[in-house]
Amino acid sequence: MEEEHAFVERLRAGDEGAFDVLVARHDAALRRVARTFVRTEAAAEDVVQETWLGVVRGLKQFEERSSLRTWIFSILVKRAKTRATKDARNLPFSALEEDDRPAVEPAAFGADGRWASVPPRLESDPETGLLSRELRTELLSAVERLSPDQRAVITLRDLVGLPAAEVCELLELSDANQRVLLHRARARVRTALMPFVGVVS
Amino acid sequence: MTDYLEGTLPESDRIRFEAHLAECDGCPGYLEDMRRLVGSLNEIVEPPPDPETREALLRAYRDLRGGP
Repeated sequence: MEEEHAFVERLRAGDEGAFDVLVARHDAALRRVARTFVRTEAAAEDVVQETWLGVVRGLKQFEERSSLRTWIFSILVKRAKTRATKDARNLPFSALEEDDRPAVEPAAFGADGRWASVPPRLESDPETGLLSRELRTELLSAVERLSPDQRAVITLRDLVGLPAAEVCELLELSDANQRVLLHRARARVRTALMPFVGVVS
Repeated sequence: MTDYLEGTLPESDRIRFEAHLAECDGCPGYLEDMRRLVGSLNEIVEPPPDPETREALLRAYRDLRGGP
């Protein structure tokens, strides 16, 4: 892509403004994804810092075969996994957090598998057609309460905007697994927003 | 449902799903909720890191790039 190529050239040329934009764009999401691999904020910070250093050092060799964004996140995932493995060796056991709980309360459905009653709706903002402002303020905390697997997938797919195939590769997931995790994550977030429906800030 | 939103549902499944939507009380609303939820997530722009972190990273960039 022309625009991206020009941006990469600026980064290679030492354009600090461009680098500042890059950091602003991705740092928060990098932290979020790091946090799905490692146990502490401090470890996540280390991982993200190492990632940025890796990006700066690797710019010259970056061949633009993938997008800049994909490349940056692939560096992150590699570092995060290494750090997670290293940290796990220092623990007596590692806690495997899997979230198999149904994403929608089973009580919401009748014996025939249909909705028992019409579920309450998430309020929308009439201007954008998206979620109301009140609900949007709760969105990220709802994401943060997801299990690591679900959190990683929803962050990379819906917050960062990476396509499914790339997320599968990054997280070493089958297509089917990725879809299940994404669906569960979104359904859980929706459920987590329910208590805030009807709340006016 | 996720596949339907992304347009990756196979044709026969899509037809069945849309037939279901036409006569289910709960699903159309749920689907729309999901669309809004995903759309809202897509729109989120998070703030840049704090000034110290920003400075530290810029310094590293400056040093490693060998620039002025």
